[in-house]
Amino acid sequence: MIKIVQKVVLWSDMHNMQKNRKKSYKLDLEIGKIYAIWLREFKVFLREKSRLVASTFTPLLWLFVLGGGLGSTMSSPIHTSNIDYQKFIFPGIVIMSVIFSSVFFGAYIIWDRKFDFLKSVMVAPVRRSTIFIGKTFGGMSTSLIQAFILLVIGIVIGINYTPYSILSFVLIVLMLSFTLTSLGLAIGSFMESLEGFQLIVSFVVFPLYFLSGALFPLDNIPPWLSILTSINPATYAVDALRFSMLGISGKNLFIVNIGILFFSSIVLSIIGIWSFRRMKAI
Amino acid sequence: MIEIKNLVKKYKNIIAVDNTNLKINDNEIFGLLGPNGAGKTTLIHILATLIKPSSGTAIINGYDIINEPSKVRSSIGIVFQAPSSDDILTGYENLKIHSLLYNVDSHIREKRISDVLELVGLTNRKNDQVKKYSGGMRRRLEIARGLLHKPKVIFLDEPTLGLDPNSRESMWKYIKRLVDEEKITIILTTHYMEEADLLCNRIGFIDKGKIIALNSPSKLKANIGGEIINLKIENKEMNNIEKIMDLIKKFDFVHRVENFETKGEKGKIAVYVDNASNNLPIIMKVINKMLNDIDISSVDYRRPTLNDVFLKFTGRHIEDQYDKDSAEGGFMERYAQYAKK
Repeated sequence: MIKIVQKVVLWSDMHNMQKNRKKSYKLDLEIGKIYAIWLREFKVFLREKSRLVASTFTPLLWLFVLGGGLGSTMSSPIHTSNIDYQKFIFPGIVIMSVIFSSVFFGAYIIWDRKFDFLKSVMVAPVRRSTIFIGKTFGGMSTSLIQAFILLVIGIVIGINYTPYSILSFVLIVLMLSFTLTSLGLAIGSFMESLEGFQLIVSFVVFPLYFLSGALFPLDNIPPWLSILTSINPATYAVDALRFSMLGISGKNLFIVNIGILFFSSIVLSIIGIWSFRRMKAI
Repeated sequence: MIEIKNLVKKYKNIIAVDNTNLKINDNEIFGLLGPNGAGKTTLIHILATLIKPSSGTAIINGYDIINEPSKVRSSIGIVFQAPSSDDILTGYENLKIHSLLYNVDSHIREKRISDVLELVGLTNRKNDQVKKYSGGMRRRLEIARGLLHKPKVIFLDEPTLGLDPNSRESMWKYIKRLVDEEKITIILTTHYMEEADLLCNRIGFIDKGKIIALNSPSKLKANIGGEIINLKIENKEMNNIEKIMDLIKKFDFVHRVENFETKGEKGKIAVYVDNASNNLPIIMKVINKMLNDIDISSVDYRRPTLNDVFLKFTGRHIEDQYDKDSAEGGFMERYAQYAKK
């Protein structure tokens, strides 16, 4: 009797172990596939030097032309400190670069579809959510690299970094880029023609940028503008980054900003995965 | 290997696949032959689980395309009409990424990649970016990619469309080699009769979503009977033509006589006969004897082609609708094509 019980226990143990092993094996496979999608995106990014140059140059224009030019005509936007305008918009420009690179990255799925690469991925035994995650990781890597280039340029305009500020910089950039790559992928998955790309620029990218408080403080803005800025996840990223880099305490507590960013990244990735699932392969 | 059951695909106002039933055997090269828009590509996309059918289903390698799409995908490889590799990456990188997507075991991955590169003859170009490849090389890379995970079935959708004659011939060589070395079932669509004739064990003619004829190329052609003699008549009055046709019809070795015109040229007669080499002189002799006033300006005879088979079943020539092959190649060419639409 005891022997039988022992056997049953042993058997069920083995069964469980096999089950677990199978599970982790499956997880391994999904990670391999995510890595494959990410690898493709990253290699393309490294090879398309023109894209990197263009997307680094635009923020520099804003930072030095607008920051330098406009900054010379006005006093500090923050009354309580003597931080100049150029330094004030620096975190905003970092966020701008994240907004542009992330949303565009996501929307590039239209091209993938147009040139049939997506079809070749979808005919492989890969889950849609795996493709989605691989893509968002690609978007996060490219955004982070571009943001780091700006970080180095920040030294030129006299920004001092601490290990803490760099750590929170990475955190904020990754979360916002996850959110906005998801947004770009979700929009891109609905679009069938390349003409839609221009619409994304006008109706998504620029509003996200201008309504984020990247270029001006949000303390005394009219109520209608305030509503728009408060539903923009980039607003919280700018606020958080300004606090950790310049020590300017913004509208919200740092931890609140991070919480909202986290929340919006979850919501948008769910929307993104949903829209990926319903996307037609052809 | 593949069993298609009552498969239907309807779009708003057209039926792309019309209640198709078909069985495809293990290790055969099966050709789907038909004019543009016949439903070949739609059928392949349904089998590859990229499009859902309106009704019916298919079993591939024992898996149902509707209920087990993931297992079906693992069992098949597919080469699309337009090359789908990322042309910024190298050939090797494309293969590596796809071997990861298909779970090719890590310890055999490199071996497998170099095997398929060898098979399609791209080993020495594997580290070049795909945008530097020629059209034929791109197609071969696609085939290599389709073979990475040792699929049981590979679909080749118009594998030689837009290739020059040389690349076309070398592509045929590679496809033949595939069957010998990989033990695989191949389903290929094409509108080139020559290609289907040369490569396929069996051919299904598809027109307006329906399979209208199904057999081996030789049996399909035998169906037409013997050979075809073409006569061209100098004085093109209709009653002359009819006189000749009436005369020829009387021979018992003649199956069928047709009056036809090609490229606006009238006065042509096609005679379907057995044993043309012996019977042609007899026909000529009789025509000369009986009808002195009629000049025959040229005579030739040939074996029937698959095009004659298609003509017999549909009354149309298969290649008529392809006025020009779509170009394929670099990014800008494809962009230009897209812009044209």
